[in-house]
Amino acid sequence: MANDINLDQVLHTFIVEARELLEDMEAALLRVADEADPGESINAIFRAAHTIKGSSGLFGLDAVVTFTHVVESVLDRVRDGAVNLDEALVALMLASGDYIGRLVDAVERGEPQADPKTEPEGAALLARLQEHLADDAAPARLAPTAASAMASGGAAHWHLSLRFGPDVLRNGMDPLSFIRYLATLGEIRHIVTLPDAVPGLDALDPEGCCLGFEIGFLTSVDKAAIENVFEFVIDDCTLRIVPPGSRIEQFIELIRSHPEGPSPLGEILVRCGSITAHELESALRMQAASAPARKIGTILAEQGNVAPQVVEAALAKQKQVRETRGAESQSVRVDADKLDRLINLVGELIIATAGANLVAKRTRNLELMERNSTLSDLVEEVRDSALQLRMVKIGGTFSRFKRVVHDVARELGKDIELAVSGEDTELDKTVVEKIGDPLMHLVRNAMDHGIDSAELRAARGKPAVGTVSLNAFHDSGSIVIQVSDDGGGLDREKILAKGIERGLVEPGRAMSDAEVYALIFEPGFSTAAQITNLSGRGVGMDVVKRNIASLRGDVAIASEPGRGTTVTVRLPLTLAIINGFQVAVGKSVFVVPMDMVDECVEFSAEPGHDYTDLRGQVLPFIRLRELFDVPGTATARQNIVVVKHAGQKFGLVVDALLGEAQTVIKPLSRMFAQVRGISGSSILGSGDVALILDVPLLMQAAQAARSQGAVAME
Amino acid sequence: MSTTSTCLRIEGELTIYRAAELAEAMKGSLAQVPPGGAFELDLSGVTEMDCAGVQLLLAARRSTDESGRELRVAGRSPAVVEVFDTLQLASHFGAH
Repeated sequence: MANDINLDQVLHTFIVEARELLEDMEAALLRVADEADPGESINAIFRAAHTIKGSSGLFGLDAVVTFTHVVESVLDRVRDGAVNLDEALVALMLASGDYIGRLVDAVERGEPQADPKTEPEGAALLARLQEHLADDAAPARLAPTAASAMASGGAAHWHLSLRFGPDVLRNGMDPLSFIRYLATLGEIRHIVTLPDAVPGLDALDPEGCCLGFEIGFLTSVDKAAIENVFEFVIDDCTLRIVPPGSRIEQFIELIRSHPEGPSPLGEILVRCGSITAHELESALRMQAASAPARKIGTILAEQGNVAPQVVEAALAKQKQVRETRGAESQSVRVDADKLDRLINLVGELIIATAGANLVAKRTRNLELMERNSTLSDLVEEVRDSALQLRMVKIGGTFSRFKRVVHDVARELGKDIELAVSGEDTELDKTVVEKIGDPLMHLVRNAMDHGIDSAELRAARGKPAVGTVSLNAFHDSGSIVIQVSDDGGGLDREKILAKGIERGLVEPGRAMSDAEVYALIFEPGFSTAAQITNLSGRGVGMDVVKRNIASLRGDVAIASEPGRGTTVTVRLPLTLAIINGFQVAVGKSVFVVPMDMVDECVEFSAEPGHDYTDLRGQVLPFIRLRELFDVPGTATARQNIVVVKHAGQKFGLVVDALLGEAQTVIKPLSRMFAQVRGISGSSILGSGDVALILDVPLLMQAAQAARSQGAVAME
Repeated sequence: MSTTSTCLRIEGELTIYRAAELAEAMKGSLAQVPPGGAFELDLSGVTEMDCAGVQLLLAARRSTDESGRELRVAGRSPAVVEVFDTLQLASHFGAH
């Protein structure tokens, strides 16, 4: 039982790692085209595939191993320069990466492994991958100069002894393709096809395999590389590799281990140039002279005495593995659940500290208050560090879109580039996870509807390649993510017409550009003349808006005809703990997120109007007492809290300012889901509940007041 | 040499997909060759060849050898030549 759990955990780690590796692989694939020297990226791609294959082998995930092996083989050839990593191959590799991802998903769901060789999608990919293994083999073989150049560069003579099992052909593998592949790693000096095991036609099983090959192979690669050639078929064949400079005993062992009998094989070895006739003779004599029991012992002992290059290669590989480990071990993997628990505890700690502070103030014990203040500072730091743990850079999310843009651009037949900035901007992991889908919609939309056709671009004097940009930055306690395109911009008239047609707008009503553009976030609203399979069905933008709103964020759109469109998404940095500014109305306490508070001024207003004059500017305000129906009458000295959101200001009229306090956001129960203007609740040090104000929503209400105010002031 | 010979022309693939069918065809043709006669295989129409094909040829060769007949590979398509070159098989089936 304990073992099972352990295995599950290890398997889980494998799945997480495999996904990360696939991400790395994808990122490297996408940047490879832009690099002057793509060597490092190609290595990274190869390493990712290699590691996935290796670790899935440990778990016996044959489907992953089988498929990834072919991917790796192709990549290996790319690395050797035998295959060019062109756009088509990048696309194929991306598709293969996706397929591996799906195999890993299946592992996670505990589904039985489909065999990629028979499963249609896997088989199709495999066939396309095999093309890269096969069709370049011929040119490599036909280039003897390249092979001989390699021969002078430290190539040595290896001997390979291959016997294929009866099921190789039936399993859809052709020994020929392995030999062709082998030929790309060096030069096949001699190859002898062993006819002896093949019976006559009458006894032959035409679909069984009884072929064997003895190969004299000149190469500079190491033993592992040679073995890798046959890894795909290794369960179905016997492969013996005799390294260069081996002792004669190893050839004797080889001769003895095969059923063909000593003499023919010995002669074949001579023919392959692996041993000389003289060596063979003395070897056979030695074999005959020595007693078998003693013989095997000595031979095995001497087999431990492998050729130096084999040992060297193994050491080098080990060292390389250790170095990559070193670079990786700088971060610790922690369960998201554990982090959430920590954040929750920090939240409780904040509430408890607030309670202690309150008591300290009440007892007027100066020393206690001082200690408490130190404690509060520390708790605040703990809060920040704890939240920091959950902060991730948005770059990871952005880089996923490189792939999307790459694929969608191909699909649309448009030439589109993705420009990314502000990748280092951090935000809470939970927000990152939820923002992916809305962003995906926005990016696809920008590509499909935003970017204009090549002809139009030329007519408008814009570069032929369209650009979709992703940008992120911090702005007063929010993270702002912008998705822009340099396309045709939104068609104000068309949107307005459609809005009127749909009954969303009364005809003849004057609307600001922003209001018109905001119509596209209405459900079922699409102006695309042509519906593509990407977007234009009118589902999407309203979903985007809803998703963003559920993260306590909002979305705005700006557009310039002929120049492009920018969608701005504004999200809170974190969903857990904020710096709050507490205000009181009657006996109720409300919390305004501190980052949104601009200033506090004494209340003054034209009687009967809901706006005031803030240094010559119209400042609309909302009376919280009226809004929330708080009993009692206003105090004599009311205050206005000026809050700023998305570049606009409005005021909240309150009875008293209580000051800054850390606020742990507790979600409201579903019973209160319909309450407008409240985004959550928090527990005060005294144990009372305070409501957190939903500033963006209140602002919409205030804006209505502002337009009235503007009219009145004129 | 004016020995009696029977010729079998193989068109299309000489691969695992047709190995069973071609083995039967070869056995049939071979049966018509009198002892001492030649069994001629015309491979000029072969479009694709794999190890199953190689194995068939080796088996045919063994059958003819054992029954005192002769195997001649008459025509060779580029696909066949390529496989023979890769596996250095030309010596088994006579020089081109």
